Amino acid sequence: MSAIGSPAGSGQPIGEARTPFLEVRNISKHFGSVVALSDVSLEVHPGEVTCVLGDNGAGKSTLVKILSGVFPPDAGELLVDGQPIHFGGPRAARSHGIAIVFQDLALIPLMSIWRNFFLGQEPSGGVGPVRWLRMRHAREAMKLELRKMGIDIQDPDQMVGTLSGGERQALAIARAVYFGARVLILDEPTSALGVRQSGIVLKYVIQARDLGRGVILITHNPHHAYPVGDRFVLLKRGQLVGNFTKDEISIEDLTQMMAGGQELAELSHELQQIGAGQPALQEVAETLAHEAGGGG
Amino acid sequence: MTVETRTGGAGPPEGRVEERVVGARAVTRLLRRPEVGATIGAVVIFLLFALNPTAHALWLSQAGLVGWLSQSWQFGIVAVPVGLLMIGGEFDLSAGVMTGATAITSALLANELHWNIWACIAGALVFAVLVGLINGFLVIKTRLNSFIVTLATFFILRGASVGMVEALNANSTVVTVLGHPGGVDTARAIFGGSFGSNPSYPIAVLWWIGVTILGTWLLTRTTFGNWIFATGGDASAARSVGVPVDRTKVLLFVGTAVSAWLVGTIQFTQGLSAVAEQGVGYELYYIVAAVVGGCLLTGGFGSAVGASIGAAMIGMSLQGVIYAGWPSQWGFTFLGALLLLGVMVNVLVYRRAQSARS
Repeated sequence: MSAIGSPAGSGQPIGEARTPFLEVRNISKHFGSVVALSDVSLEVHPGEVTCVLGDNGAGKSTLVKILSGVFPPDAGELLVDGQPIHFGGPRAARSHGIAIVFQDLALIPLMSIWRNFFLGQEPSGGVGPVRWLRMRHAREAMKLELRKMGIDIQDPDQMVGTLSGGERQALAIARAVYFGARVLILDEPTSALGVRQSGIVLKYVIQARDLGRGVILITHNPHHAYPVGDRFVLLKRGQLVGNFTKDEISIEDLTQMMAGGQELAELSHELQQIGAGQPALQEVAETLAHEAGGGG
Repeated sequence: MTVETRTGGAGPPEGRVEERVVGARAVTRLLRRPEVGATIGAVVIFLLFALNPTAHALWLSQAGLVGWLSQSWQFGIVAVPVGLLMIGGEFDLSAGVMTGATAITSALLANELHWNIWACIAGALVFAVLVGLINGFLVIKTRLNSFIVTLATFFILRGASVGMVEALNANSTVVTVLGHPGGVDTARAIFGGSFGSNPSYPIAVLWWIGVTILGTWLLTRTTFGNWIFATGGDASAARSVGVPVDRTKVLLFVGTAVSAWLVGTIQFTQGLSAVAEQGVGYELYYIVAAVVGGCLLTGGFGSAVGASIGAAMIGMSLQGVIYAGWPSQWGFTFLGALLLLGVMVNVLVYRRAQSARS
């Protein structure tokens, strides 16, 4: 907490070995009699985006909590750089370079951008337990780092509460990258955002990938996942229902698999009945039918 | 991320645009500081008594200054840490009674154990740190609202200090130090003395200024200060980025207790006596000072200087009413109006700070 976290941009040779940064092998998790995750595997490579897709209750958040060390899996193992690892807690996961950008972003709206950026890992000097902030350095380092992500900050003292949703996501991502995250877990980063703001966030996902980080993008939206993803892991009720690389699957197939073709066809049928005479509903029903048909 | 749209309409040369933007930003930056409201309020109150025909001569004299400063330091020394605690998201209602309880501790140690006064003061400091730790741990372990927890410790301390004093002190609630214990003169010079002559200022005013500077430095220039804002702003977010939220809170409670000890020690050394129940009711003044000074009741926003200015406002009001020849009870009415006005101005500043994009 004392020394400044150095920008960890050039640490890992990229694309040299095929050992993934992070590998999940056959993990399972139960809560009482409820099976939250069963036999799930995935891998995250440097400079790649692994998308975890699933509807509500698919086990995405359980997976996130296991990956971030909040609780251990009941079965299966986690490997970092090919070595089996047990995370004692969130700190341990972070020290292995695994950082989560939470849904709530862990940003404090009433604090300035630079204070948020360094919160918990402040650049400081001092004597013994008395640590003072290196404020000028902090402001400059933050500006520089955000510029790397393509974000230009005019006023580092501006409160985070005044930023847009997409800008906050960008700040949270930039913060994780700066503090040496090798694997970045983004938990539903676009779920609360409009189209434009979602686009901004996806842009920063690509930026992080291009900086050589491995990214896990958790989402229920295949249209957000497909353009940026390299691998796609589909979960349904805690089960792994698919694990593809991009060249193995099309966006139509992905959408169809996610929602379940049969269910979509039924939903489309129902909508067509309810929506007789309502063009807007008809249109939704047709889209659903189209997607249910496996990409037509 | 921020787009400056405020360029001059007539299209002045590039450099000047930049300057105007910077100027505008300096003003907005000033207006979003938490202590803006209190500063304006303090100036208004000062002018009010300066223009009052009855009060005016005394108010503008040095004696008048000593008068309200002598009130203000009693509020200010504790209001600053109470403000920091409030920014950290908690309250301490036991701070008022602690000024009396620590003075009583020193006095009883001197009379019962015949210690050197410095040892008595140190003993009271240990007691204050313990009370702060207890308050802090109770709050973080029980997850109860600190308003309730410290209300309980307030009553416990209030009862215990009177009970202890009466038991040991022949049923009198005033403990006067007997004889001339060692260290009295140095302790009095440092805590209870005065400086300057005709009129002389209590040294406590310097302690107040010192506490304000220390509080401001802690809050704005240290990692601990960053944690205070984060703890009060959003504790769970702060935790998830590694801020030791619980430790921060406990230390803040120790801070308020120690500041109460400082006031207790100053009062104890001034008269070498202590009164049980001294300071009861002051906890509300501290909170008023902090709130008027721009500290948000819900935490996460505020300033140490603001709390200090708030304390000065209270001191000025209570003393100014006397100088103006109004019945002193009206001082409270004045204070109530002040609190309302101050809080309303602060809400404006706070909203402004939240929406100001630059």
